[in-house]
Amino acid sequence: MASALINVPVTAKRGDVIEIKTLISHVMETGFRHTMTGAVIPRNIVTDFSCRYNGVEVFRAELFSAFSANPFIAFFTTATESGTFEFRWSGDNGFIETASASITVA
Amino acid sequence: MIETTTTDRRAFLAAAASAALLVTLRPAQATPASMKAAINDIVKGAAVRPGRVKLDVPPLVENGNTVPLTVAVESAMTDKDHVVSIHIFNEKNPQPNVGNFYLGPRAGRAQIATRMRLSDTQTIIAIAKLSDGSFWSDSTEVVVTLAACTEEAT
Repeated sequence: MASALINVPVTAKRGDVIEIKTLISHVMETGFRHTMTGAVIPRNIVTDFSCRYNGVEVFRAELFSAFSANPFIAFFTTATESGTFEFRWSGDNGFIETASASITVA
Repeated sequence: MIETTTTDRRAFLAAAASAALLVTLRPAQATPASMKAAINDIVKGAAVRPGRVKLDVPPLVENGNTVPLTVAVESAMTDKDHVVSIHIFNEKNPQPNVGNFYLGPRAGRAQIATRMRLSDTQTIIAIAKLSDGSFWSDSTEVVVTLAACTEEAT
């Protein structure tokens, strides 16, 4: 079962630029590896990531096979109001994982 | 590998050598040409100028499976002047794309960090698209001692 680690500041001042770090547990099988018998191991990666801040998308990423296993993505956003960040990963074989974090903006 | 303990040293070395040969013979690889094509898919023929982008990757990487990288773009990040997207490309992995990151003026700071795989010593290119439609880039050569992607699965 996949699981996600999120690092978002608990509190921030209005207008602060905050860093958000995300990590999701996933094998990120490239689709370019072979087994000992020569069979190709099918690709199984996370292809899309998005972050919504109170329902508005503030960051989005498209991932390829060159991403490391357990994809780590860190980015910045401006703290505008208290609320929740919703994170969503989707990928091959119907993979979908969501996580959320709340922030209090003074 | 439990068998290794029972095989003698000579047999093990022979197996290791043939495994190394297998890896070097594998043909699937992105080429500088396919990287150019992938870049052109993004920039659509626009000029890409060096500057404003700072791609931070360690120059010498021991393990190609997790190579930390940071891309920072000089930008005021206002509604009128901000970074729309950041794209990362490589020269020699099986596929030229690494990742596309879409930001907006709300990002506050045009900087992203992630970890990537590198199958060989090669050049990494980061391209940023700005809201005025211009493209800026930075590239770095990375030396990799242990390659990712091509190893045999056990």
